[in-house]
Amino acid sequence: MALVTTTGSGGPDAVPGAGGQWRSPSPRLWVMRRAEVVVACAVVAGAVGGAAGSASAAAGFGGAAGAVVLGAAVLVFVRNRFRSWRYLERDEDLIVARGVMFRRLSVVPYGRMQFVDVTAGPLERGFGLATVKLHTAAAATDARIPGLERQEADRLRNRLSALGEAKAQGL
Amino acid sequence: MTGPPPATPWQRLHPLTPVVRAGRVVLPLLVVLAASAPGQQGSSRSPVLPYDLGLIALVVVLGVVQWLVTRWRIEGTTLRIESGLLRRDSRQLPVARIQAVDVIQPFLARVLGLAELRIRLAGSSSANGRLAFLAEPVAQELRARLLAAHHGLDMATPEPPEHPVASVPTARLVGSVVLSSATLVSVALVVAVAVSASVSRAAAVALGGTLVAYLFGLGRVVWRRVAEQYGFSVGQAPDGIRIHRGLLGRVAETIPVRRVQAVRLVEPLLWRPFGWCRLEVELAGSAGRDQGTRSGTVTRALLPVGHAAEAGLLARGVLGSKDPPLAPPPPRARLKAPLSYHFLAAGHDEDLAVAVTGRVRKVTCWVPLDKVQSVRRVQGPLQRRLGLSTVHVDAAGRGVRAQFRDRAAPEADRLVEDLAQQARRARRARPEALDFGASSAGPGPPLPRAVDRED
Repeated sequence: MALVTTTGSGGPDAVPGAGGQWRSPSPRLWVMRRAEVVVACAVVAGAVGGAAGSASAAAGFGGAAGAVVLGAAVLVFVRNRFRSWRYLERDEDLIVARGVMFRRLSVVPYGRMQFVDVTAGPLERGFGLATVKLHTAAAATDARIPGLERQEADRLRNRLSALGEAKAQGL
Repeated sequence: MTGPPPATPWQRLHPLTPVVRAGRVVLPLLVVLAASAPGQQGSSRSPVLPYDLGLIALVVVLGVVQWLVTRWRIEGTTLRIESGLLRRDSRQLPVARIQAVDVIQPFLARVLGLAELRIRLAGSSSANGRLAFLAEPVAQELRARLLAAHHGLDMATPEPPEHPVASVPTARLVGSVVLSSATLVSVALVVAVAVSASVSRAAAVALGGTLVAYLFGLGRVVWRRVAEQYGFSVGQAPDGIRIHRGLLGRVAETIPVRRVQAVRLVEPLLWRPFGWCRLEVELAGSAGRDQGTRSGTVTRALLPVGHAAEAGLLARGVLGSKDPPLAPPPPRARLKAPLSYHFLAAGHDEDLAVAVTGRVRKVTCWVPLDKVQSVRRVQGPLQRRLGLSTVHVDAAGRGVRAQFRDRAAPEADRLVEDLAQQARRARRARPEALDFGASSAGPGPPLPRAVDRED
């Protein structure tokens, strides 16, 4: 009966009578996040290496190596975060699960949706990705799905707005 | 939309409207003039006076123009207000979407027998309707008609009588305002002044100045709260909860019961010796100037300070059902929430979710399941180690939710699924009237319980 087990292994069988199966953001989101981390890491390593290197070459290499190690750690964290995102479209509601340290799971009934946002920043556009966000009258609702391929984002948006309209409820 | 009742003729606001509007600006100005007159020489007074008179004349003329271009009428089940000279603003307020109707009487309007009618809808404050000012009987009658139409009745239905539930004696009101955390700060300041006076005179003078400024601010806040909530009485009527309050200006609020998104009972530490508590309801719609600061919902005090029995009676009247049984989280939650564990409790049935939270201030929050916007489960690192999760039941607004804090993880998993399903069922069982058809053809709104049904 558990919706998603607390160990985080939510599979298609986790929800009885579910009208669909768990989906994940596009693998390209992982590519994008990786690129972000690598670029940021390279910049930091260059800066630290350059600054420390002006004192002594050993300090420069040490500083740069430290930044790279730090970047690798961040990369692991980002990978886990990327893997934690998943969403499930049921007959009546959308479920979004995310988070590594703080695990969050939101259940948003279609009838409660006020509007659906599809946003794509410059970087996301470059990777052909978009973020879909659901808004309800409650500010705390945090149903956001990043890194969807454009096609999937459009499909989800259309489906959500159609369902939202069909099942709309007043306040 | 087909075959609406014929529209009533256009009507204007009360002719004294410009006087009341201008009075807000003119009165303080006159006070300033009167205060400054004796102390000034004749030579410096003369250039000031024409300027002030010009300002007053301008305000009056603007008020008259505004009065001339504002008109309203009822078209079927819609109240229509037109205003504006250069930028015409035609506003249609469908009665079915009314969140609350208030009759507000600022002091000057009260003296002249006028009243402002304010209609709140969900959404931004720019969607609200204001009719300022009408003759008081006209405002009362229009409110009755709008509320009757809101409940799908004929507009000519007379206003149903209300049963008084509770009122707040002035002594209790003043006591409750004084017994706030701000008072603690002032007491601490007094002690600090006394201590520093025994050490050095200069420090005492500096601190004393701060104290005086602080006490002045505190006095203003206390005065405003007391003036706002003076003579507070709340009653129940079939068309909603009715609230009357105010010292100089009177406010009469009517809140249709089915518009309530959540109910909150707050019991501050300092009030506990007296057994006092505060009951608030959350309504959809944005806050006006005189309301809370939160956006998304309007917090209204149903009872600014009262006894638990009164608050319980009112809460049951609004929620229309009994409290579900509450259960505390497992004892190991004490490790995660050592300071609030003594209050933590939560429970739900097929109509309501209730959660108690707080460290020194006990807060009980009820969310009717048919108002639930989303259900969330959050598990932090410490909670994961202890096998706990928190389930949030979100209602419309910012920070309006019942928090099932630190429940055992398997129970939380069950809760999420159960609450989602129950909320769906509750929404179906009590469909909201968004369109006029549903509102007028339906069996009528759930009426609040009779007041005399004590437990």
